[in-house]
Amino acid sequence: MIYPILRRLGQMLFVMFGISVIVFLIFFATPGADPAARIAGRNAAPEVLEAVRHSFGFDRPLYVQYALMMKKIFITGDLTSFVNRGWKVVPAVLDSIPITLSLVFGAAVLWVVFSIIIGVAAAATRNSWLDRLLMALGLLGISMPVYWLGEVMNLITQSRYHDTWLFSWVPPLGYKNFSDDPKGWFLTLVIPWITLAILYIGIYGRVLRAAIIESMQEDYIRTARAKGLSETRILLRHALRTSLIAFVTLFGLDFGALVGGSALLTEVVFGLQGIGKLTYDALQSLDLPMIMATVMYASMFVVIANAVVDFVYILLDPRVKTS
Amino acid sequence: MMLSVRDLKVSFRTDDGLVRAIDGVSFDLEEGEILGVVGESGSGKTVSLLAVMGLITDPNAVIEGSIRYKGRELVGLPARELRRLRGNEIAMIFQDPMTALTPVYTIGWQIAEQIQAHQRLSRSAALDRVEELLAEVNFPNPREAMSRYPHQLSGGMRQRAVIAMALSCNPALLVADEPTTALDVTVQAGILDLVRKLRATHNSAVVFITHDMGVVSELADRVMVMYAGRIVERGSRSELFNDPSHPYTRALLGSIPPLTGDKPRRLPAIPGSPPSLLRLPKGCAFGPRCPARYEPCDAGKPDLAGGSHAAACFRVAQA
Ligand SMILES: Nc1ncnc2c1ncn2[C@@H]1O[C@H](COP(=O)(O)OP(=O)(O)OP(=O)(O)O)[C@@H](O)[C@H]1O
Ligand code: SF4
Ligand SMILES: [Mg+2]
Repeated sequence: MIYPILRRLGQMLFVMFGISVIVFLIFFATPGADPAARIAGRNAAPEVLEAVRHSFGFDRPLYVQYALMMKKIFITGDLTSFVNRGWKVVPAVLDSIPITLSLVFGAAVLWVVFSIIIGVAAAATRNSWLDRLLMALGLLGISMPVYWLGEVMNLITQSRYHDTWLFSWVPPLGYKNFSDDPKGWFLTLVIPWITLAILYIGIYGRVLRAAIIESMQEDYIRTARAKGLSETRILLRHALRTSLIAFVTLFGLDFGALVGGSALLTEVVFGLQGIGKLTYDALQSLDLPMIMATVMYASMFVVIANAVVDFVYILLDPRVKTS
Repeated sequence: MMLSVRDLKVSFRTDDGLVRAIDGVSFDLEEGEILGVVGESGSGKTVSLLAVMGLITDPNAVIEGSIRYKGRELVGLPARELRRLRGNEIAMIFQDPMTALTPVYTIGWQIAEQIQAHQRLSRSAALDRVEELLAEVNFPNPREAMSRYPHQLSGGMRQRAVIAMALSCNPALLVADEPTTALDVTVQAGILDLVRKLRATHNSAVVFITHDMGVVSELADRVMVMYAGRIVERGSRSELFNDPSHPYTRALLGSIPPLTGDKPRRLPAIPGSPPSLLRLPKGCAFGPRCPARYEPCDAGKPDLAGGSHAAACFRVAQA
């Protein structure tokens, strides 16, 4: 048990190191990428450039700059933004994590529950009108752009129908801390959760339906029938259970990516200052320290998510352990 | 009579037209009797017994005829009733033990699942029963085997686990679909012993499907030879092996069956291949490959004629 965890940890460090070096080199060492020029602004006088270079430490060798930056992220935690001097990057990232986690976690609960219900219902009634309807709805969910959907949701719940009984409970956009105001936290997130989950419900529902139908062709399903089990039990305990293996893999990857920042669009439409929004803003202003910090964070999460998936995989599929 | 199948017909609607996989099969089975079913691939052995089990789930299948188990008609029986028989009174063992068990559950769990589907037993009582069953099928360490996953067992062990599962509710009828084909010869012998023991201890009737004439000659009381969805010959083991009358059976046994000494162990290759069910010859389905074919053979399909030893062949009927 200890060894795989250590190996994962090593893997994580290695991935983070690799990514940090690449990101660092892109911003510091690619030709024409002079961070001092960017900070000093266009047409800055050479003396100003020189001063900026010195004050940000750009006149030191690259590896020293890299080492300093890493030290400031991971050890002292006092890396500051190049764009807003004095703005501490690490606390900003740490503050945005609970927001993103709240958003993604809630959406994930919705999408797992609903996609399982939809996938199982569609597979159980394969080729019936219900199956077709569910799959068509799934396709619709997949094809609606999240940003657009979010805007429509806002239009409906914040302005058009906000004053009706249906949506009067929807608070204004923004995030409320769970510890300060649990009810507010929940209410502000309901619409973002639904918006983010719809796409994934569509994808996962369709994937699960296909996987269950495929499992139903397996020999062991015939054995289960020969045992005299009920169709419901065969569907849930045998076909669904074996289909969950593929489902979990997909889930881990998507969850990791979302927590790592790809819930960006949802965060932007709903005014949530999450990690995606932070990365987005940092990229807009080419704020290297912030980019570095968010990228480190994101890669960490992707690796952790992968590790969790592998672990759940072992729980779900006994064949993995020995091979 | 324990099982009585009359004029069973199974057809599948396919894109190329209706495929009649089983065309008028009738047979009887007594308690404690072992019936061997032989025939080339595609002759309808599996489909006919899946029909008996009510396990043809293809929505394009059409099943006609009558299947009576202990006097009860199974064709058209509601799914609930059928489920109560399946796995309980009638059990089935499939060809490939590698894929016959759900990969994510332990052997013990899967056997207990079947027991609990039919008997009101606590989990621990069911598990005790599983241990007994595994011991009965010669697992050296049943307790330990119960917690194994299918992939952790060898092919022979898996097949024995599948057999233990099939036996878990003391079935009166066991259908074994080529249970030894995927296993090597030494393991095969053990499985055959188990089937014999089962008959001896539980007085179960067994339908044993196989490609292997050697297995039939060792195990079966009676034999049924199938070709293109029909029974071409049936009779007791000695009738069939010592006095095969249908040209197809003769071909299976080698042209001159030895009266004494070693019996051929495997189906010898017969020149030509079985006809496509979509383009059956107008007359006898075996005609194109039959060395004894003559004019009447192209006119119509020969019926199964004779008493306990019967064959479907114009030559035999004429003789
Ligand atoms: N679902 C189906 N749809 C169409 N045709 C089918 C279906 N199931 C079986 N068949 C056809 O029925 C015929 C009999 O098949 P069956 O599996 O009973 O043969 P078998 O004697 O068991 O052969 P084998 O020795 O290879 O197991 C085959 O020609 C097969 O193609
Ligand atoms: S009926 Fe004719 S073709 Fe068919 S097996 Fe007999 S002799 Fe051969
Ligand atoms: Mg078969």
